[in-house]
Amino acid sequence: MKASAFAYHDPKTVQELNSLLGSLDNVRILAGGQSLMPMLNMRYAFPDHVIDINHIAGLAEVVMTPQGLRIGAMTRQRIVREHPLVLEHAPVLAEALHWVGHVQTRARGTIGGSLCHLDPAAEQPCIAALYDAVLHVSGPRGPRDVAMRDWVMSYMTPNLEPDEALLGLTLPVWSAQGQTIGHGFHEFARRHGDYAIVAAAALVSLDAGGVVRRASIALAGVDVKPVRLAVAEQALVGHVLDQALIGTVSAMAATIEMMEDAHITPAYRGRLAQTMTKRALSDALNRATGGRNV
Amino acid sequence: MSELDHAQTTRHISVTVNGTVYERDVLTRTHLGDFLRQELGLTGTHLGCEHGVCGACTIILDGQPIRSCLMLAVQANGATIRTIEGLAQADGTLHPVQEAFWDKHGLQCGFCTPGMVTTLAAVLEADPTLDETAIREAISGNICRCTGYETIVDAALQAASRMRGDH
Amino acid sequence: MGARYFGAAVKRLEDPKLITGRGQYLDDIAMPGVLHVAVVRSPHAHALINAIDTSMARGHAGVVAVLTADDLGEMARKPMPMMAPAPMVKTPLTQSPLAHGSVHYVGEAVALVVAESRAVAEDAAAMVMVDYDPLPAMVDLAHALNEGAAVANQALQSNLAGTLKGGFGDVAGVFSKAAHVFKESLSLHRGGCHAMECRGVMARPDPSGNRIDIWSSTQSPYMVRRALALCLGMDEASVRVTAPDVGGGFGPKAVVYAEDYAIPMAARHLGRALKWVEDRGEHFVATTQQRDQLWELEVAADAQGRMLGVRGHCLHDNGAYLPYGVVLPVTSMSSFPGPYALEALEISIDVIYTNMVPNTPVRGAGRPNTCFVLERLADRVARELGISREDVRRRSFVQVSQFPYETGMKARDGSPVSYDSGDYVQCLDLAVAKFGSDFKARQDKARAEGRYIGMGIASYVEDTGLAPYEGATIRVQPNGKVLLLTGAAAQGQGHKTVFAQIAADQLGITPQDITVEAGDTSLFPLGIGTIASRVAVTGGSSVHMAAVETRAKAIKVASQVLEAQEADLVLEGGFVKVSGTDRQVSLGQLALMLHGNFGQPLPAGIAPGLSATAFYEARQTTFANGTNLCEVEVDIETGAVKILRYVVAHDCGTLINPMLVDGQIRGGVVHGIGNALFERMIYDENGQPQTTNYGEYLLPLATEMPRIEIVHMESPSPRNPIGVKGAGEGGTIPAAACVISAIEDALSPFHVRLGSHPLSPQDLVELIDRG
Repeated sequence: MKASAFAYHDPKTVQELNSLLGSLDNVRILAGGQSLMPMLNMRYAFPDHVIDINHIAGLAEVVMTPQGLRIGAMTRQRIVREHPLVLEHAPVLAEALHWVGHVQTRARGTIGGSLCHLDPAAEQPCIAALYDAVLHVSGPRGPRDVAMRDWVMSYMTPNLEPDEALLGLTLPVWSAQGQTIGHGFHEFARRHGDYAIVAAAALVSLDAGGVVRRASIALAGVDVKPVRLAVAEQALVGHVLDQALIGTVSAMAATIEMMEDAHITPAYRGRLAQTMTKRALSDALNRATGGRNV
Repeated sequence: MSELDHAQTTRHISVTVNGTVYERDVLTRTHLGDFLRQELGLTGTHLGCEHGVCGACTIILDGQPIRSCLMLAVQANGATIRTIEGLAQADGTLHPVQEAFWDKHGLQCGFCTPGMVTTLAAVLEADPTLDETAIREAISGNICRCTGYETIVDAALQAASRMRGDH
Repeated sequence: MGARYFGAAVKRLEDPKLITGRGQYLDDIAMPGVLHVAVVRSPHAHALINAIDTSMARGHAGVVAVLTADDLGEMARKPMPMMAPAPMVKTPLTQSPLAHGSVHYVGEAVALVVAESRAVAEDAAAMVMVDYDPLPAMVDLAHALNEGAAVANQALQSNLAGTLKGGFGDVAGVFSKAAHVFKESLSLHRGGCHAMECRGVMARPDPSGNRIDIWSSTQSPYMVRRALALCLGMDEASVRVTAPDVGGGFGPKAVVYAEDYAIPMAARHLGRALKWVEDRGEHFVATTQQRDQLWELEVAADAQGRMLGVRGHCLHDNGAYLPYGVVLPVTSMSSFPGPYALEALEISIDVIYTNMVPNTPVRGAGRPNTCFVLERLADRVARELGISREDVRRRSFVQVSQFPYETGMKARDGSPVSYDSGDYVQCLDLAVAKFGSDFKARQDKARAEGRYIGMGIASYVEDTGLAPYEGATIRVQPNGKVLLLTGAAAQGQGHKTVFAQIAADQLGITPQDITVEAGDTSLFPLGIGTIASRVAVTGGSSVHMAAVETRAKAIKVASQVLEAQEADLVLEGGFVKVSGTDRQVSLGQLALMLHGNFGQPLPAGIAPGLSATAFYEARQTTFANGTNLCEVEVDIETGAVKILRYVVAHDCGTLINPMLVDGQIRGGVVHGIGNALFERMIYDENGQPQTTNYGEYLLPLATEMPRIEIVHMESPSPRNPIGVKGAGEGGTIPAAACVISAIEDALSPFHVRLGSHPLSPQDLVELIDRG
């Protein structure tokens, strides 16, 4: 189980990266390596060229910008999970990362790698969808931004041209503005650290009366890309969030069309989507109300 | 693949392993685990799956436990690495995690042990207050077929206690 | 002399090197000039081989040779000998070291690529062009005997390898007069070995061609030597096989594999040292697996819930070949009637060939299968009659007054199966007491809260200490240290420690004074192997016998040296001492004396060397037993099963090292939990394996496994000098049955009935919805 031979490149700048991407064929980008390296070792992937982007400066920064929380593509999952800005502004991302892999894979794995690998059940793209993230892409034609809803082109395929690369993303995090924000993340996986079968992330902003003013619900593992439960979000807004309402909107999660594979039936996915949505919303309610509505 | 430029398939690296600086030419396709085992003769790091699940190949790279099968050797250029061979002190004094594995029968066949011990050494050095749940999570990326994990957890709890200086 | 180490939780002698990274597993052994081998494997479950074109691969830079069956001579094309001959099989099929003309499972070895590195060998393996003619594959056990079913091998008329029949008593009579008869359809699924170290073979031929050194990650180096010496036409003394540190075995490493033959053959052919290390991808398709069985069974019970009789039929999948003969269905058969004193039994097992990886024992062999079906039947009786599952077992068990108890079944040598000792009811009661009596109340309370907890139970008897023998040599050296040589190598069990404990007490020294060497055929003449929970009994007894003899010799010689009565001598601290005096002679001095000096005869009647060799021959089997209880919670929204508690009451006779026995039990239980809940080796309808990495094939992880609470009962076996019984598989045998029992109990409000494993959360949700 040894990788086939490839040429190795380690650009130091984004310009070098783009120029390599523009000039080479059959290329794979090596970020944290936690998905690409198994594919190389198992010879599921046979690139002629591997471009290691670990040496490009400035791709691992986490900063607040007017547009939101900007996270460099090469930020390790361990760093994201523990970062004070993430914990303050997007704690649901830190919570989701608790379920991502294991201590050894989070030490190397990057948020950008996950957003390019695009396993349908992955947690990080789910959070990107939850926030309507904006993805920052570089290419020889200059930088461009891609909305998360336009990011997944098909099964495990990001919206990237062959000569483009993901540099980072911005999560337009929510500001409380006098309201209280609660979040929840639940997933069902066979074992700790496995890819979820289905995961649900929820964000709610409640006013002083407990009425939902803003809501976002995202599911992973139900389609080739993360799915926002727009109907359920609409059903929440304007209503007092309680367990009855959570039950009603969670049931909506089971009604979306589920992908099918050899091992998991759509019916089971639907059941998990409902259950995970309910649990994520319950946590969000609980957090938004400081535990008064457990 | 077609004709590859030697310069692109071979690199010179310098890496510090267990306190010793090594300079080597490496094939770029060689993963770090193979490099440690074959080039440096540090065969204590084991390869159990080579696809990043079993954790036997865990080493400590710049303070973090990582899977050495999921990193190219060339990427370790400039890095500081600790392997199972480097955990005990020069005089042979065992690392508290090693000592606890022996005390608590935390190993049987011993093949997963280097990965277990390096993982636990790294996480407990960072935080010796971990409880059983956290310890089980910390080793959830390390597969053991022999022990059923309980004695490994017990060993980790003992090591944590000693590393906190409880006794 | 009282026992000081025997029975104590002595820390392992094996550990210091293993915890510091100084172990020497096969791939760690430095071998200058060694070449690396990659194996070209069949991508088809069943196909004819028309031609193999190795030209492109041979031309790849760094490749030394590409070898097929045609290159390595007749023995490479000949089917390998069956490791346990099975005269009842009409068409006994085993594979040849390299496939010749046809292949019968995905993963079968077809050719070897020898190169300067493994990576280059893998590059070239992809360039070996094999022209296959695919044939229909048989992967459907349930329909394997149907008219028109695909046949797994063109040498066969039918997929039926043979049928085993066993039983006793007046079955028709018992079933006709029984108050109750219940019928069950039950099934078990195959899982893999998954030792964390995969297999591997290294071979170094002597330049003369007259000798060969072989290293194999095996449980049975002596079986490898026997097989290779016969195959290569060499003296056993010229074939040295070493099992170095072995990273787990669990049964499948007891097989002498195609690679164990092909690598030494290729090494001799090329005159070069070769190494092949199985990678994890290969492990999924080239290392034996086990447990696929389909059962139709009936149980007869009296009005009080005592089980009277069992009858039924099994379809047993043995995969593409019978490398270990029919040992699996034989162990399934001979594990009846378990702990139950049945009046009548009638079982038939059809052994089926399929186009999947061949089957040989995986921890427990056929026993977890039989335990599972018997325990499902016992639970069924309890449910139908409305009595507790514990009481069905108590009433049905062999009772303590019945030992030794002849079950009515025949052992492999045709002798009656006779349980030696134990108290199955008391062992069950120990488990129940440990578990506590408040479960029912907690279950009712939980259900009122919408939580579903359940208690599971499973009991078993295991034949341990399998024939024929193991042996040991003990040799005191002039420095007073002791060398202990044996053929019974370990794969993590801690043999060195327990053997040293046994010997230390006899010799009045510490285990640390003893160096144990095992697994090198050049150091000890004969051995069988570490399989079937047999080494504590066979190896342990042989060490005891050799130690007793060495001790007697030391006393005899010392009595002359010290001019004292033998009865007044004691062995203590490395000395033979005259009790109550300060007169003593060290074991080292005695050893030096018996090593002898030029021209000086040894004392009359004393053979050279302070040493002894003994073989323990297991003429009668010992039987361990136990009862497991567990508590699970099922999340009915997701189907997730959480094991909240797991209690084991275990009787493996006298304990040599309770810490190590506990380790065996815990690891075994977790293996069984894996079988019950996680491990699923899926093949598609064409015989293509679908779960060939650790993302797809789920092994138990620390986060999901419970603590395992153990209570020991010690019923010494009267059948060996140290009273021990085996402990290697007793954890696994009942574990899946126990977990499934608990899940069924948890889901009883939904009338869920469970008759198979593994069970996924999705399976459970579907059953809940249906129930």
